Parts: sequence; structure tokens; C-alpha cells
Amino acid sequence: MEVGQMQRRLVDYTKTLFMEGFLDAQFLQLQQLQDENNPDFVVEVVSLFFDDSEKLLNNLSMALDQPNVDFKKVDAHVHQLKGSSSSIGAQRVKNACIAFRNFCEEQNIDATLRCLQQVKHEYYLVKNKLETLLRLEQQIVAAGGSIPMIDMGF
Amino acid sequence: MDSCNCIEPQWPPDDLLMKYQYISDFFIALAYFSIPLELIYFVKKSAVFPYRWVLVQFGAFIVLCGATHLINLWTFTMHSRTVAMVMTTAKVFTAVVSCVTALMLVHIIPDLLSVKTRELFLKNKAAELDREMGLIRTQEETGRHVRMLTHEIRSTLDRHTILKTTLVELGRTLALEECALWMPTRTGLELQLSYTLHQQNPVGYTVPIHHPMINQVFSSSHVVKISPNCPVARIRPAGKYMPGEVVAVRVPLLHLSNFQINDWPELSTKRYALMVLMLPSDSARQWHVHELELVEVVADQVAVALSHAAILEESMRARDLLMEQNVALDLARREAETAIRARNDFLAVMNHEMRTPMHAIIALSSLLQETELTPEQRLMVETILKSSNLLATLINDVLDLSRLEDGSLQLDLGTFNLYAVFREVLNLIKPIASVKKLHVSLNMAPELPEYAIGDEKRLMQTILNVVGNAVKFSKDGSILISAFVAKAELLRDSRTPEFFPVPGDNHFYLRVQVKDSGIGVSPQDIPKLFTKFAQTQSTAIRNSGGSGLGLAICKRFVNLMEGHIWIESEGLGKGCTAIFMVKLGIPERLNESKLAFMPKVPPNLGPAAFPGLKVLVMDENGVSRMVTKGLLVHLGCDVTMVSSSEECLRVVSHEHKVVFMDVCVSGMDGYEIAIRIQEKFTKRHERPIIVALTGNTDKVTKEKLMRVGMGGLILKPVSLDKMRSVLSDLLEHRVLFEAV
Repeated sequence: MEVGQMQRRLVDYTKTLFMEGFLDAQFLQLQQLQDENNPDFVVEVVSLFFDDSEKLLNNLSMALDQPNVDFKKVDAHVHQLKGSSSSIGAQRVKNACIAFRNFCEEQNIDATLRCLQQVKHEYYLVKNKLETLLRLEQQIVAAGGSIPMIDMGF
Repeated sequence: MDSCNCIEPQWPPDDLLMKYQYISDFFIALAYFSIPLELIYFVKKSAVFPYRWVLVQFGAFIVLCGATHLINLWTFTMHSRTVAMVMTTAKVFTAVVSCVTALMLVHIIPDLLSVKTRELFLKNKAAELDREMGLIRTQEETGRHVRMLTHEIRSTLDRHTILKTTLVELGRTLALEECALWMPTRTGLELQLSYTLHQQNPVGYTVPIHHPMINQVFSSSHVVKISPNCPVARIRPAGKYMPGEVVAVRVPLLHLSNFQINDWPELSTKRYALMVLMLPSDSARQWHVHELELVEVVADQVAVALSHAAILEESMRARDLLMEQNVALDLARREAETAIRARNDFLAVMNHEMRTPMHAIIALSSLLQETELTPEQRLMVETILKSSNLLATLINDVLDLSRLEDGSLQLDLGTFNLYAVFREVLNLIKPIASVKKLHVSLNMAPELPEYAIGDEKRLMQTILNVVGNAVKFSKDGSILISAFVAKAELLRDSRTPEFFPVPGDNHFYLRVQVKDSGIGVSPQDIPKLFTKFAQTQSTAIRNSGGSGLGLAICKRFVNLMEGHIWIESEGLGKGCTAIFMVKLGIPERLNESKLAFMPKVPPNLGPAAFPGLKVLVMDENGVSRMVTKGLLVHLGCDVTMVSSSEECLRVVSHEHKVVFMDVCVSGMDGYEIAIRIQEKFTKRHERPIIVALTGNTDKVTKEKLMRVGMGGLILKPVSLDKMRSVLSDLLEHRVLFEAV
């Protein structure tokens, strides 16, 4: 496949991610920050996000498994996850975290367990998408092309 | 010796006779001796006998008499001369003493007799005193009864107890057969039997109030004797032969308003109760004055006690009412607070939820713009972008309105081009106006400065809204927009008496008039125009749609800009003119030249806008920290990262010009760290500017930050352009306040 086609595929794929709400404008900001001085910025941030989120999700599963659930701790973890996901632009994860926090406030165990499942679900989805995206970018770079910059006017 | 015949012959002393004489003399002597002894003995015992001397005399007399008789004993037989001598002496003495005593007694006996008279007199006096004593005692008892009665009456504030006690105690004190209290009914036309002493359940027996006898009682403040045949007195069981005397007294029923300071109400009370007292039948007892006085006193006391009870009832009722109201108010307040909190929560969520899709739309439209498009498509996309920007602004403003309500909205002051604002409005409105075949013209006065200091966005919104209304409500004709500097004389407009603008050196009042030839507004609807969501009833307007929010928002913006907005119209169908005045600042000379090169939103200055600027980023969240660092590095800053407050305090130095601190982390109080950092650097110029990064822009957070001395606040997520403009503002002014 030639570079132009791959680039178009990337752009289309990114567009669908936006339309489906997986990513929001923040992600574009991240892409803007990537330049010659910082060529792997997005990859680094995304990997950090994955590591962080895995850890947080594990902690959450453990915390919610306890007989006496410490909702404050759960809330703290979810807050972290919300922060990370909003920094990276993972919109659906962030929304799921918001809902999660509300149920934490209400101290509703069943609802929070459901929310955890939801968050995990969203996270794995977005992880999948981001990995695909990054792979596409890598392929373009490997083929000698450059990643199309998406310039925002707002 | 020869005895003659004419005289009884002397007979020789008979032995028997002699013997009898002898014995009698002896006893006489004995008696004569013992009487004085007895006298002396008893007198010695008494001690009050005043006539001792007489007694002595008397004693002597008796003793001598006795002696005489005793000596007589010896003279019956032949006796010697000595005996005769003694006898003679004794007799002589006796004679002397007896005469003296007799003389004495003449003086003494009347005295003794008068003692008896005095004794009688004293006895009478004593009897009289006894009687008076009895009377006084009775009176005192009565007085005691009254005090006790009063005490009983006043010791309770329960009306029923007061009256019952009164009757019982009165009955007991005065030994009455029956005692009754008649109260006036609600209508005031009858007296109803309310309490009696002996009949346990007085059954609503009523008597008309306008009976002459009753009137007589009511008109006198004293106790009045009434006839037992009076209807009020006929309550005891019939069959008694001689009914006892009956008295009646009025009991004034006092109201709070009747109490005057100096005199008891005489004529102002209209309502009286009647107390009737009956003595026992067949007892022939009469009413005594002191008893009547007692009754009067009691009646007065009862009146006072009853009014106290009434006052107390009133105040208890008032207090209960107040408590109820208090509870209700409290509930209402809590409900209001809950409602406000719910609304704020809703707004906070919607705030976020509404902005996100807007950003997506804007982002994607921008994306679209960058792709290959035909000219028509490009035009369409541009329109979409412009409209979505406007919509984003509108959303912001709907949310601002809620903040306007709290008063937490602040104007974004900045220097802007006044002419550009009006031109922009005109450009925006021309398409719609041309569709409606309306002619729009703009007239800007030449003395208007080119640049002004104010909130450009909101001023444009206000002008747009007003002009938009003019266009909306006109079917044809023309719209004239004129803007000029408000002159001092015109500033005090008779139509706006509460508005007193004061012109000054560094500000001026911009006056904008928008005149249209549309459907106009009737004068009585004009005040309603600025009310949120209120619409006038005319069908034409209803058909045009609109939420009715525009003018309300405009009014609030204008007020924030220390101005005034109003609408004039001569009536329906005669068009209307909207006029507003706002205060704008006059920028200094220097800024004008700078402005030519540096408009408010700097163009893409390129990556290294702030070369070498040392900044410190503190954020607990790794991803977020990295993103912020990436932003700043892209802008050319030299970034140090820390992930905790202790590290931050340790690492911060005077070389760091700006500290970006994430404050919405739980567990770390960013505000405290800000204070500590400021304490660390005593010299102002060494102190870094502290900027808070947060997801929360409510009033409370902002106030807290301002209090702590933070330089500014940025709402996450931060975009590149936002960060760029924030840094440039900060470095220029050293203070930002909010970048959303």
C-alpha cells in the first residue's frame, strides 16, 4: 500500500474515532505537541496512559472486592483515571469515570461494580483503537511518509 | 337582907345558869381570839388588801372584847381586887378601841362598797372588748380567706381552674348554699350558666342579658342585693321554704386593649360576667358588710386572673403559630437550597456535557475545512463553523446566565476595536435582513474612539441581540443603528431616573440606539420585556419563536457594564427604539500602538514562543503531568516536573517564573502549598506566579484561589492555544484570572 493511501486511511480512521466519541479534541492537542523535537510524544503519553490505567483498574477491582468497601479510596482511584483519560482525550472512558464517581458518592456497591465493568469495557475498547491508530502511524513512518497533521482552528 | 315584895328578890347565883354563862363566855372568848387570827392569816395571804391599819384596829377591838369575856369568867365567883382591876382596864381599853373602830368604819365602808361598783363596770367593759375582739378576728379570718382565695386564683393560669376555685373557696369561706357564674355568650345577648358550686354539669341554661336587675348589677361596681326571684337566682332546687339572701356582682372581662395605665377601665369594657351568691335557706343569716367587701375584692381579682389567662392563651397561640411558621420556613429554605444545589449540579454537568459535543462539532468542521472541498462546500463548512462558534458562545451564555444570577459572572475586560465589533454585527445580520428585505444602516459618531476597554464578547452579544430583535420583529422597512458617545447633559435622562452615570477621564459612556419600523410594543408591555422568559401576548411575536431570554441577558450584561438599557415605543405598529448605554474604558495612548501589532488573540506565534522560560509543573496524575509538560515544552519552556506537594516546595526556586499546580486532587491541598510557596519567597519579584489547573470553575473555588493569591486559573483540558495565550497574558500582566 502506498503512503498516500495509508495516510488517507489514517485520517478516516481518526475521523471515525472522533465521530464515535472515543476521542475528543484533547487528543488532537496531543498530536499537535508532537514535532521534530518530540517525535514520539503521543506514543509515550499513550503508553503511560495504558500503564497507569491498568494499575488503576487492578486497584479498583481489588478495592471493590473487599467485604467493607472503602469508597474514599475507590473514589480517589477513579478520580485519577478520570484525570488521565481526560488529559489524553479518551472521552468515553472519562464519561464512564464521571458516572462511576457519582455512584461512589452514593456508596452504591452494585452500581459501582457495574460502573467498573463499564469503565473496563470502554478502556479496552479505546486501548484497542489507539493501538490500531499507533500501528497505522508506525507503518506510515516506516514507509517513509509523515503523519498528517490535523490543524484545528478553534 | 330582906327582899321587898315589889321587886324580884335577888336570887343567889344558880349553879346551872352560872355554868351556861361560864361556857358561853369561854366560847365567845375563843371566837373573839380566833377571828382576828383568821383575818390576819388570810390578809397575809392576799397582799392587796389596802386597809391594814383598819384591820389592826379591828383585830385589837376583837381581841380586847375577847379578853373582856375571858376575864369575865373569873368574875362569876368571888374574885379579888386584882381581877376586878384587870377587868376594868380591859373593858376601858375595849371601849376606846371599839369607838375608834366604829368611827373608822364610817369612812371605810363606802369605799368598800364602791369597789363593787367598779368591779361590775370592769366586767361590762371586758364583755364588750370580747365582742369586739370576736368581730376583729372574724374580719381577719375573712381577710385571710381573701388572700388565700386570691392566691389560689392567681396561682393558676387555667381559666377553668380559676373559676372553679373561686366558687369553691367563696362557698367555703362564706358558707354559701350556692354560687354560680354566668358568662356572656358569643353573641352578647344572653348570659349562660357556666360554673356552679354544687350542680356538677350546668347545662347551657341561658338568660337574656337585658333584664333590669342584671343591668342594675352591671352598672354598679359594687355588690348588689338581688331578689331570689330573679332568673339568675333560680337555679337551686325548689322546695325551700325561705330562700336565703342573694347578692350578685359583675366581673369585668378585660381585654388587652382595655388596660390603661392610670385608671381601671370603667366604661370601655362591654362584656361582664355575673357572679351570683346565695346564702343558705332557712338560716336567717344576713349579708354582712365585710362579706360584701370580700365578694367585691374577689370579683376584681377574678377579672384580673381571667385576663391574665386570656393573655397567656393568646401568647401561647402566637408562639405556636410562629413555631409552625418557623418550621415551614426552615423547610422552604432547605428545599430552596436543595433546589439551588440541584440546579448547580445540573448546570455543572450540562456545562461539561454541552461543551463536549460542541467541541467535537467544531473540531470536525475544522478537520473538514482542511480537506479538499469545492468552493460551495467550503462556504457551507465555514458557515457551519461560524454557527457552531456562535452556538458554543450561546451555550456558554446560558450557563453564564445562571452565574449571572448568582452574581458570580465577571466581565472579561480587554482592549478591542469598537468599530470592528459593530462591523461584525452588521455582517452577521445582513444576510437575514436582506432575506426579509430590511434595510440596515450603521451610523458611528466620529468622536467614538477606535479602541475601548471592555468585554468585547458580551458587548457584541448585546448589540447583536438588540439588533437581532429589531430584525426579528420587523416585517419590512429599515433598521437604523447609531452609536455615539453619550454627552453629559443627555446622561441624566428623565426617563431613567435611577441611572446617574458620571463621566470621567479614563472612561466614557457608549450610547447605542437601534431604531426599527416593526410591530412595536404597547407601553404596558415594556416593563415585561426584560423579564426572563416572559413573552407578550401578541400572536405575531408568538409565531416568531424565541425563548425570551435574550433581553434579560442583555440587561444583566449592561448592568454589569454599569449601564442602562431601555426600550421606547409609541405603540403597536409604530416600531420601537432600543437604547442602551454602557461604560467603556479609554485605553492609554501607549497601548494603541502596541495594539496595532498585538491584537487580543495572538496568531500562531510558532512553537518557541517563550524560550527558556523556567516553569514548574505539579500534578499527581502521571498522564496529565506529561501532557502539560508536552504543551509547555512545545512552547519552548524549560519544564521541571514534580508529583507531590513536598517535592514542589523543595524544588521551587526563584528561577521558576511560573508554577502550574493541579488543585483538584483529593488529599493534597493546593491552596496550602500556594501559601507556603509565597511564604518561601518574601520578595515579590522573586515569587513565581502560581497558576491553578482545575476542572472546576465555580465561584467558591475561584474565591479560594483569589484569597490564597494565585495568579490565575486554567480549566482543564488545556489546549495549546489556551496555554500560549495564558502564558503571554501572565507575563505581560502578572495576573490572569480565568482561562476557560
